[in-house]
Amino acid sequence: MPTKSLLIYVGGRLLQAVPILFVIILINFALIHAAPGDPIDILIGGADATPEYIEGLRREFGLDQPLSQQFVTYIGKIAQFDLGYSLRYRESVLTLILGRMPATLLLMGTTLFFSSLIGILLGVFAARRPYSAGDYTATFLSLAGYSMPVFWIGQIMLIIFALHLAWFPTQGMYSLRAPSEGFGRILDVAHHLVLPAITYSFYHLALIYRLTRIKMQEVLALDFITTARAKGVAEGRVVYRHALRSAILPVVTVIGLNFGFMLAGSVLTETVFAWPGMGRLLYEAVGARDYPVLMGLFTMLSIMVICANVITDVVYALVDPRVVYR
Amino acid sequence: MRWSIRAWSTGKGMATTHIPAEPSWWRIFSRNRGSVLGAFILAALFALAILAPMLPFEAGRIDVGPSMAAPNLTHLMGTDELGRDVFSRAAAGLSVSLMVGLGAATISTFLGVVIGGLAGFFGRSIDALLMRLTEIFQVIPRFFLAVLLVAFFGANIFNILIAIAVLSWPEIARLVRGEFLSLRSRQFVDAARVAGASRTSLIFGEILPNALGPVVVNATLMVGQAMLLEAGLSYLGLGDPTKASLGQMLQEAQQIMRSAWWTTAFPGSFIFLAVLSLNLVGDGLTDVLNPRARGR
Amino acid sequence: MSKPLLTATNLVTKLFTDSGTVQAVDGVSLHIGHGEAVALVGESGCGKSMTALSLMRLVRPPGRIVSGSVTFDGTDLLALSEREMRAVRGGRLAMVFQDPMTFLNPLMRVGEQIVEAVMLHQRVGRSEARRTALEALERVGIPAAATVIEYFPHQLSGGMRQRVLIAMAISSKPTFLIADEPTTALDVTIQAQIMRLLARLRRELSSSMLLITHDLGLVAEYCDRVYVMYAGKIVEEGDVFSIFANPRHPYTRALLSSTLSPDRRIERLTPIEGQPPNLVTPPSGCRFHPRCRERMARCSVEAPPDFAIAPSSSARCWLYEEAARVSAP
Repeated sequence: MPTKSLLIYVGGRLLQAVPILFVIILINFALIHAAPGDPIDILIGGADATPEYIEGLRREFGLDQPLSQQFVTYIGKIAQFDLGYSLRYRESVLTLILGRMPATLLLMGTTLFFSSLIGILLGVFAARRPYSAGDYTATFLSLAGYSMPVFWIGQIMLIIFALHLAWFPTQGMYSLRAPSEGFGRILDVAHHLVLPAITYSFYHLALIYRLTRIKMQEVLALDFITTARAKGVAEGRVVYRHALRSAILPVVTVIGLNFGFMLAGSVLTETVFAWPGMGRLLYEAVGARDYPVLMGLFTMLSIMVICANVITDVVYALVDPRVVYR
Repeated sequence: MRWSIRAWSTGKGMATTHIPAEPSWWRIFSRNRGSVLGAFILAALFALAILAPMLPFEAGRIDVGPSMAAPNLTHLMGTDELGRDVFSRAAAGLSVSLMVGLGAATISTFLGVVIGGLAGFFGRSIDALLMRLTEIFQVIPRFFLAVLLVAFFGANIFNILIAIAVLSWPEIARLVRGEFLSLRSRQFVDAARVAGASRTSLIFGEILPNALGPVVVNATLMVGQAMLLEAGLSYLGLGDPTKASLGQMLQEAQQIMRSAWWTTAFPGSFIFLAVLSLNLVGDGLTDVLNPRARGR
Repeated sequence: MSKPLLTATNLVTKLFTDSGTVQAVDGVSLHIGHGEAVALVGESGCGKSMTALSLMRLVRPPGRIVSGSVTFDGTDLLALSEREMRAVRGGRLAMVFQDPMTFLNPLMRVGEQIVEAVMLHQRVGRSEARRTALEALERVGIPAAATVIEYFPHQLSGGMRQRVLIAMAISSKPTFLIADEPTTALDVTIQAQIMRLLARLRRELSSSMLLITHDLGLVAEYCDRVYVMYAGKIVEEGDVFSIFANPRHPYTRALLSSTLSPDRRIERLTPIEGQPPNLVTPPSGCRFHPRCRERMARCSVEAPPDFAIAPSSSARCWLYEEAARVSAP
């Protein structure tokens, strides 16, 4: 497939992201000024600040200047990757967030991967045996799965598996007594990863399962499946080689679209399990009313969602040749 | 079991075979046992929420019973560390959640219908503009914006409701716009126009009734989503402190659930049952109202 | 008469749907000899496609072949295991479908779809299979086959796509080809090309063909014998000349007089009155009786059997009871 048209396509999608970014920055800026109270209070967050610091902030953000000028200044700061400073943590917001990102990515990545995989396999399985008892049960269970608040699932899991059965640790990403390097460390982290990942995967798995099942059923009723069977292709190959490829496209889209929602879930899951990621940072910042961190997180997370959408579109274009050949 | 005619034909032209008329909407709805179950649960929860003030113990009042008591005959769902009755608190929280859910869903449906309708009906530049707006709102992570809005503007019930409502309209807008666009070019609209129908009667008489089905289904599901969002916000500490809240109960339970599992199990299951029943009912309504999804 | 290549005897296929059981194929018997081109004609919804699917054992739930037998080249197809049937399907017994847009996998390259068929039925490696696929594409008259082989279906025109479908079907040199309305979804100009292609391939491969269609013009041009189907039953059988010159069954006569023909000067077309039959609760007695101009009292009560009037000529109508008695030995 000609990569040139693919690159143009990707470029186009990235360009489309620019206005969204603009709106996000605008929202941040608007919030600073529209929220009740002095913008300075927002920029400080809930911490104490010396008068000199406040003066410095005033100058930096140009708070005496007209709003439009301030906005330009603000955009300039963001463009230089300056997301502000948190007094409470004594770190630049950007460093703070980037420091927590790996933990969140680890949790999200693992969860998304396994729950997508299992969801797809179960969905295909169910589509081949429609209206069976197993099908009805699985459908009902999946509906239950995405009706449960994720933090509640987490608490129940904690109670059963960590507190009563003591199979898993109750919080954090690693134990203090565990080895800090090498395979032992990996095992330790993995051990801590299990409960949060399972908790977190309910929603996504249920969603992917339902979608795959419906799409597979639709695709299996399409005409070209009849052609494949008429050629003498075995049913297994018909399902996996012919049908799944068509059915998987909307699933890929959904995984990407759901990314934003999954990020929200990560906040709640990380809070329940005290997992040291961006979500937990959000919780802490909310409690401390650390506004710079909150705004920085909002910007960062939005960017991540945009990236996820672009990646999804690219993967979709790779799988479906019709997209690029438009 | 329902099979579409197309499922067994290999080509066009099989549709001339006669099939008896479609059954009434209640029959379709009641075929889905899950939906009927959901409807019952939902009704029960609504009843509980309405009757909440009449429960024996005052919600949120401390020391109405022993501290950290397991569920027993007096306190059906036990008490928490401050001696508050879990059942009455949870029921009060449930009514708040339901109210927020319904309120937010209503407002965002209204917003979505208006915006989608405007976009679909007028088309071209208005449509392009509104759709760009919708796209942007769809990409921005909803939950975080809600967190931001509530953190900045204060945690009271009104703000929470507005925050959720303002973030949920894109789906409905998309739907309604789609309906408008596709119906605009359909023949019966032309026929009506030729017969001299005015624009308003076209919108209200022809287009909206057709769009109504998917909108209602979406709105039902949205109530559940709004409830989850509200619970999430209060779990993080952004709930209205003056009102009971299921999410907040779960946040408080985090510390004591080790010894008092009932402080998380029951409030959480209220949320769960509410959202579940809404999803079940929504599924059933899909069968009734959404002819395109029928014939699965 | 030599033994037919394919024989169906009393084939019954039903569809068990929520709204009732559809008697799609209700006791259909037909036979096609080696090298013969036979047409299966009828209006939409009469069960012709279902018959074809039943012959290939491609009927999916809620449909099921209920009873009857299908013998192909001496083998009872209905008695084969699924695995054995797969070996036959697409190999010696192949099918070409109606709408090439929906019947080709949109996400698979055209060449790959043919190679798949080849590798299933011939013991060859991938490169050999690719060569065979290329040959097949050339055979069906696709220009620049070497380039087209890498294309996706949406990059081709309707006529080309249909040629690809045909290439897929003939890639393993079938002895029997079922063509289900192969030209219905195509432009009129392309229709002729495709039919000529099919005729040529048939000659080259010395294979038999069952052409399913509602287009009587094609029947007249390309087929040796005709079966007329109505409401799940065969109502008339005959060779192409007698069917057109002297149609027997009232339905056949009605069909012919409701279509245009360059041979006859017609003042007015006479459509067939009434509605297509309900296959869940078909009319009592003869299924055509509500719309038949020549119906008798008997027709609404008793269903007529298939009366053999001459070898390979029959009509399912009470009008021919006498004729059958006379010609039967």
